[in-house]
Amino acid sequence: MTLTMQEVLLIVGMFAVTFSVRYVPIVLVGRIQLSDRVQRALNYVPVAVLTAICAPAIFMPEGTLALSLENAALVGGAASILIAWRTRNLLLTIVLGMVIYMGWRALMGA
Amino acid sequence: MTSYAAAKPEDSPRRAFFHGAKDTVPLIIGAIPFGIIYGAIAINAGLSPWATLGMSLFVFAGSAQFIAAGLVGQGVGLGFIILTTFIVNLRHMLYAASLAPYLKGLPQRWLALLAFWLTDETYAVVITRYQQAEGQPHAHWYHLGSSVAMYLNWQLCTLIGIVAGTQFEGIADLGLDFALVVTFIGIVVPLIVSRPMLISALVAGIVALLTNNMENKAGLMVAAFAGIAAGMLAEAILQPDPQKPVVTLNGDGS
Repeated sequence: MTLTMQEVLLIVGMFAVTFSVRYVPIVLVGRIQLSDRVQRALNYVPVAVLTAICAPAIFMPEGTLALSLENAALVGGAASILIAWRTRNLLLTIVLGMVIYMGWRALMGA
Repeated sequence: MTSYAAAKPEDSPRRAFFHGAKDTVPLIIGAIPFGIIYGAIAINAGLSPWATLGMSLFVFAGSAQFIAAGLVGQGVGLGFIILTTFIVNLRHMLYAASLAPYLKGLPQRWLALLAFWLTDETYAVVITRYQQAEGQPHAHWYHLGSSVAMYLNWQLCTLIGIVAGTQFEGIADLGLDFALVVTFIGIVVPLIVSRPMLISALVAGIVALLTNNMENKAGLMVAAFAGIAAGMLAEAILQPDPQKPVVTLNGDGS
């Protein structure tokens, strides 16, 4: 039940880079006044970043473009977008989206 | 959107803390399967239970931990895994820069703690809060509450995943990791309240597909910057009058 040296180095290294990217901008930006332009650009961060994470997971779950009903991620993703758009309810989107995705996956025999 | 859009003043730090935690509950539910799968994958990849938990305790970065566990399983070298972690987490730089103006004036220990606990989920909850309830005295307690709730949940789920991973072999193949995608969809869709925002999302998504094969998931950053640039450009073309209100997230707040 002990860690190997390799594992300790892995965790320390991952901590160092992860903490740096989270901490350095907070300290730097806290000391300078951001231009109006940069502040407006930052408004787009959540939408742009999260969409960039989701799109490949939905359209290419196996690494290549899969535009068919056999792609449960595409069906589940489309359903989730529809639910989120109509209800604007996060919890409902998560629960229903997962039920539809898992159900479709089972249906397709994956 | 969800209840966290309602911006009532908080009368005490304690209340703000629990309000932040409460508003994070839907995202926590989305993160539960993800945390369990991480634990299971890490164990199956050959990480020891302590290293699996240690990564959750000290790194606390879901996607990066996921990818790192996968790379450990493939026997990839240390330096490469750390470099990959850096690139996968670069998006936090954008989050941190976007939060920084609201954190101005907080003591160093607060900044360090809130930075350490920064995640996609907490960012999504608190940026909405900061934008809608600017200048509240206890807003950082709300932020802390969201962070602590995510952190504790992640540790618990990692533990469950470690146990599950040693008990059932197939747990990583159930498709539970899709919970992250539906969670992000639930966050993003209500944020798209203007045409520039929609264009930003479409461009980010399409570029992400085109750059998906780039090494180290570097395509994610390319796509993010393309999306931001597209949104700015659309804003300049569609709303050239600078006197008009800036396009905000959650413009309707309902």
